[in-house]
Amino acid sequence: MTGRSGTLAWVAHLVLLIGIAITGFPIYVCFVASTLTTADIMQAPMPLLPGGHLVENYGRALTEGTASTTGVPVARFLLNSLIMALVIAAGKIAISLLSAYAIVFFRFPGRMICFWAIFLTLMLPIEVRIVPTFQVVADLGLIDSYLGLTLPLIASATATLLFRQFFLTLPDELVEAARLDGAGPWHFLKDVVMPLSATNLAALFVILFVFGWNQYLWPLLITNTASMTTIVIGIKAMIGGGDAPTPWSLVMATAMLAMLPPVAVVVLMQRWFVKGLVDSEK
Amino acid sequence: MATVTLTQLRKCYGATTAIHGVDCAIADGEFIVIVGPSGCGKSTLLRMIAGLEAVTSGEIRIGDRIVNNIEPKDRDIAMVFQNYALYPHMTVFANMAYGLRLRGFESEDIRSRVDQAAQILQLGGLLERKPGQLSGGQRQRVAMGRAIVREPQVFLFDEPLSNLDARLRVAMRVEIKQLQRRLGTTSIYVTHDQVEAMTLADRLVVLEGGIVQQIGAPIDLYERPATQFVAGFIGSPAMNFLPATGVEGGAVELAGGLRIPLGRAVPAGAALTLGIRPEHVAAGPEAGAAIPLAVELVELLGADSIVHGRLPAGAPLQLRLPGIAALATGTKLPIALPIGALHLFEHASGRRV
Repeated sequence: MTGRSGTLAWVAHLVLLIGIAITGFPIYVCFVASTLTTADIMQAPMPLLPGGHLVENYGRALTEGTASTTGVPVARFLLNSLIMALVIAAGKIAISLLSAYAIVFFRFPGRMICFWAIFLTLMLPIEVRIVPTFQVVADLGLIDSYLGLTLPLIASATATLLFRQFFLTLPDELVEAARLDGAGPWHFLKDVVMPLSATNLAALFVILFVFGWNQYLWPLLITNTASMTTIVIGIKAMIGGGDAPTPWSLVMATAMLAMLPPVAVVVLMQRWFVKGLVDSEK
Repeated sequence: MATVTLTQLRKCYGATTAIHGVDCAIADGEFIVIVGPSGCGKSTLLRMIAGLEAVTSGEIRIGDRIVNNIEPKDRDIAMVFQNYALYPHMTVFANMAYGLRLRGFESEDIRSRVDQAAQILQLGGLLERKPGQLSGGQRQRVAMGRAIVREPQVFLFDEPLSNLDARLRVAMRVEIKQLQRRLGTTSIYVTHDQVEAMTLADRLVVLEGGIVQQIGAPIDLYERPATQFVAGFIGSPAMNFLPATGVEGGAVELAGGLRIPLGRAVPAGAALTLGIRPEHVAAGPEAGAAIPLAVELVELLGADSIVHGRLPAGAPLQLRLPGIAALATGTKLPIALPIGALHLFEHASGRRV
C-alpha cells in the first residue's frame, strides 16, 4: 500500500464505489419497498424514498405471514432458519475439529486412508448426492424434522482440512511438552489446541453459519409443511403464483429480515473473524 | 533426585541404527552433558530418556525403576526444549502451573511453588504476561521455571541455549550451572557447543554416529582424549592432526622426513596420527624450537593470536600465541612440539595409542 500515485488512488476508489453501488442499490430498493404498500410498489416508477408503512409491514410479516404460507408467521421461519444454521455450524465445527485432531495427532492404522476418504468427499457436494441422501433421510422418517434438516449437512471436509492445516502448524515440541506435563489427549485438546484455534473457530463459525442460513435446495426437499420451512424457502413461498396477488411489501420486509441474522453474526464476530482469516497466531 | 542408568541402549529406525548400545551410569545430582555434532543421536538419546522415543532394546533406569515402558509424565522428569515450547495462549503463571494442575496439586501449593520458582529465576513481575510479550532470555527462564516447579528427579535439557544470542547464552549458561548446583537435581544436558559442554558438565559424554566415544570429566577429555574424534571435538581452536609413521627409537616420522621424538616406544612402521593442541605448540628460539613454520595468516583475538602456518612438507598447523603476535605472512617461525603435549592415535581406528 505504498507509493501509490493520486490518480491511481482515485481510480481504485472509483472502482470500489461502483462495486458498493452495484451491491448496495438492490438492498436499498428492497428496504424502500418494505416500507411502502404493495400498491405503491406496483406503480411505475416505484418511489425511491422510504414510505411510512415500515412498522406495519414488518409487524404483519413477523406475526401473520401471508395467505400463501398458510398463515405461518415469518417469525417461525426465522426460528427454523436460526436453529438450522446454528446446529449445522456447531455440528460441522465439532465433527471436523475432532476428525482433524485424530488425523493429525494420533497414529492409527488407516490414518492416511481416513484422511483421503475425507478429502475425496470434497468432490461430492450436496447437489450430487442429494437423491440418495433424500432417500436415506426419508427412510429414517426424518422428513419435516430439524434432525433431517441439519444432519446430512453436518459432515464437512472443508472444515476438517482447514483444521488439519492449522494443527500441522503447531510445533511437535508443544505436543511433547504437554505430554511431559501430563496432559492426555482430552486435556491437550481442551487446554491447548482449542484455545489456540479460537480465532479459526470464530472465522469458521461465521462462514458456516452463513452457509447454513442460505441453504435452499435441501430445505426445499426435506420440508413439506410450512411450519418447518426456513426463511429462504419462506420468501419463495410468499411469491405466490396462482390466484392470490403477491403482497410485495411483505415479501420485501421478509427479505430484509432474512438478511439481518447473517449480517449480525458477521458484524458481531468481525474482530475474531478477520483475525482468524489473517493471522495464524503461532 | 535419582541416578539414571542406561544399559546397552539401542535405537533403530527401520534398518538404520541411530544409537548403538549406549552404557552410562549417572550419579545422583550429577550434571551430565551429552555433546556431539549434528545428527550424532544426542537428541534421540535424550528423548529416549524422556520417553518421547520408544526404546528398541536395552534398559533405562531412573532410580530403581526401569522406565522403558513408563509414560513420560510418570517418569518424574522435566524437560526444557530448544524452542521452549511454552503454551502461547497461557500466562507465564499458567505455563508453569499447568503440569501441577494436571497432577491435582492444591491451588495454594501451586501458587507457592510457582512464586518460589519465579523468585529463583527473577520472573517476579512477569507472571501475568504471555510468552509473546517476553524476550528470548525470559522465555528461556519460564521454560526452566516450568521444569523446576515440578521438583522432578531429573532435568533434561535439549539444546536450551541455542536460540539465544551469544551474550545471553553465556549469561544463561552460568545461571543454569548455578541453579543446578543450588537444586542438586540430576541433570542431562544436550548440546553441540563444546564450550557449553566443557563449562557446564561434571562429566561429558561425547557421542558420534550413535556411539559413545568417551565419558569423563571435561578436563580429562581435554588432556587424555580417548579417540581422535574426541581430541578434535573438544577444545577450540581444534587440535592439529599430522599423519605420522612410527620409527625405531621412540619417535614418529612426519611427512618430509621430520622426526619427532616421543620418549616412548611405538611400533615401527605403524600408520599413526600425531595430535597437538594449538595452545601447546612452543614457538620462538628460546623454547629450543627448531622446526620452521611458514606463517600464512594470523588471527588477532586481542588476548591471544591464532597463527596459521605450514610445516616444511606442507602440512597445515595452527598455534595459539599469547598477546598480539605481529608476524608477517611468509615469516619462518621456529616452533617445537613438546613431548608432554603430544597425542598419538592409530590412523585406522582413531584410537589413542
